[in-house]
Amino acid sequence: MDLSFGPEYDAYRETVRAFVARHAGDAPRTMQAGRIGPANLAWQRLLIENGYVARTIPREYGGAGEGSDLLKTRIIDEEFAAARMPGGLFNVGAAFLVPMLLELGTGEQKQRWIRPTIHGETLWCEGFSEPDAGSDLASLKTHAVEDGDDFIVNGQKIWTSDAHNADMMFCLVRTEAGAPKHKSLSMLYFSMRTPGIEVRPLATMTGQSEFNEVFFTDVRVPKDQIVGARGQGWEAANATLKHERDSVGNPNSGGANAAMRLNQIAAILAGEIVDGQPQIDNALLRDRLVQLRSRAEALRCHGLRMLTASARRERKGAAGLIVKLVGCELNHQIAALAIDALGEAGTLADLSWQRRYMYALGLIIGGGTAQIQKNIISERGLGMPREPKARGT
Amino acid sequence: MEFGLSDDQKMLVDTLSKALADAAPIDMIRSADAADFRASPVWRQVVDFGVPSLLVPEEHGGLGLTLLDAALVSECLGAAVAPVPHVGASVLAPIALTGAGSAAQQAAWLPRIARGEAVFGVAISEHAAGVRGDAGVIAKGRRLTGVSRFVVDALGADAFIVADLEGGLHLVPADATGVEVEPVTTIDRTRGIGHLRLDSAEGEPLDEGAPEEILWGMVEAGRTMLAADTLGAAGSMIEKAVAYSLERKQFDRIVGSFQAVKHLCAEMVAELEPTRALIWYAAHSFDAIAEESAVMSAHAKSLVDEAGRFVARTATEVHGGIGFTDLLGLHFWFKRIGLNRQLLGGPEYVRAEIAGRLGWGSIRSTRASI
Repeated sequence: MDLSFGPEYDAYRETVRAFVARHAGDAPRTMQAGRIGPANLAWQRLLIENGYVARTIPREYGGAGEGSDLLKTRIIDEEFAAARMPGGLFNVGAAFLVPMLLELGTGEQKQRWIRPTIHGETLWCEGFSEPDAGSDLASLKTHAVEDGDDFIVNGQKIWTSDAHNADMMFCLVRTEAGAPKHKSLSMLYFSMRTPGIEVRPLATMTGQSEFNEVFFTDVRVPKDQIVGARGQGWEAANATLKHERDSVGNPNSGGANAAMRLNQIAAILAGEIVDGQPQIDNALLRDRLVQLRSRAEALRCHGLRMLTASARRERKGAAGLIVKLVGCELNHQIAALAIDALGEAGTLADLSWQRRYMYALGLIIGGGTAQIQKNIISERGLGMPREPKARGT
Repeated sequence: MEFGLSDDQKMLVDTLSKALADAAPIDMIRSADAADFRASPVWRQVVDFGVPSLLVPEEHGGLGLTLLDAALVSECLGAAVAPVPHVGASVLAPIALTGAGSAAQQAAWLPRIARGEAVFGVAISEHAAGVRGDAGVIAKGRRLTGVSRFVVDALGADAFIVADLEGGLHLVPADATGVEVEPVTTIDRTRGIGHLRLDSAEGEPLDEGAPEEILWGMVEAGRTMLAADTLGAAGSMIEKAVAYSLERKQFDRIVGSFQAVKHLCAEMVAELEPTRALIWYAAHSFDAIAEESAVMSAHAKSLVDEAGRFVARTATEVHGGIGFTDLLGLHFWFKRIGLNRQLLGGPEYVRAEIAGRLGWGSIRSTRASI
């Protein structure tokens, strides 16, 4: 047990701090979602040059080419969060497509796509879920048939973030009719400007359109625009899903971490006077606040434990599978308490806590529902039987 | 940065759990008498293993290890529902004597604690769980009068560490005049709990250094130990529930193949597993990050209390009717978790204290140190 980072890392932290201090004035306040403006693009480039983003992507593909170092990554996260400085773009291309290409892509594909993707110049969307294929993703129906040098794609995707902004889509489709469902999928990619693609925004309960539906009618995709081999789509999808599950729901990551939000709620409770009593002295509300703080502290410590386990290459077992389930629930409960602290005013339509409360519910469902997470924990973590395959598939 | 167990610590856990599994089969637990622990093979096993010497400094014949090591031992003892003294006898008493005892007191008692020859009960409930009714010990000079409730490791103890209501610490031999231990039959038959009644009993003050800080350290350490004990007991209950669900068949299927059952098991893991790292952190902070110890030990205690209760009832439920019977003895773990929850501050009480320390609202203050 040693929570100090040691001289080498302390020195590295100083370097990061100096960078952050130097750019306090010219760093963008936020990184835009969707189409990215020149200021954000320049910032992303600077972060990559300094090895703060795309750290382990090889230089030949436009990355920083550093060795994998979890502690440095953590130091970068901590220092950028402490300064409330955006730590680079988050988009599905950089987060999910790039690891998939590194694992399964051809040399040519890596050369062509990784550099513009991590620099934010090429924007991707992910075509996985379908109306009838959510948790049971492998039962998806969008299909592609061979026609000369092309595949012809027909079908529909849903929950597609950023589809209206994206240049490109990577898309899981069925190509091998008659093969078992996990062996009949392929991972294609294509321009969103290909004829036959229609994008419709999907309004959600938050009042925004975080997602889209995407329809394909006879969309022609050159046969070489495939990641991995035909029939290897499920493996390619899993290469991204692993990253997706790791990234969703960690309440202590990023600038808006749980402890900070709970301090905000404490301030709200101190300022809300009901019947002459500040609500921070309301034992029930205060008890809820402390309970959430305990959970947040536990997850923070759990993160340290998992970090060390990763660095030591230890087996994590069930402990490595719980963050999405536990973290998303915590985020939802934190927003719920903020709303309750405000009473009637907690229902105001423009209250950001309401949007967070609803969005957190979306994240409990998205990226593998809570129920799927429980299947994963019990099956992979506890060795309980897998769900039976439905007959006839 | 290393937030994990050392190889030595992993070996400690491995060896001790195996030794306890051999020494404490369920029939032994069933017939155990907490007051007569000296006759128990488990106590012999624990002493041979060096558990009582863990926190005793090396110059007094101990191992001088850390509270994290002690927490790992607590976890093993909880997992085995071991019917032996520990939190008071082998953790809090050495902390009290090392921190606030005179050189003579240390020389007299610490080597005997390390060898398992002197076993202490620890009476600090009024400072950890609050003063209930007219409980509390009042010190007049060396004379102590009053009741301290739910004293940990009280039964069969050779001596007591007693905190008076002012926060002063005293060492009171069990055979001194005016000392009476009233055994309390709690649900948990594996622990020797009693009320300590003092009637002008003579104690030796433990007043070297800053006894108030030592008392508070005992509360922190005690809470972390109880949390670790519950972690161990609840972990065992999850293992048993999963194992049982993979054996028991209904409707021609093992019940563990039903999603309803799988999800209960997943929920237990999701509740319990984050508390492991929290307990490690709390224990580590006791030795290395003193300013965080009070809050982190309180988080650990209150969160594990809740997770433990959930696991205890859910694991019993997964067992179905057999879990409710005495046949498997599952209830020993259920009851151990139940007792731990209430000792040294239940979750609501402890959370109110956390709020006070974080400056959240105007909070009661029973202890001068808050």
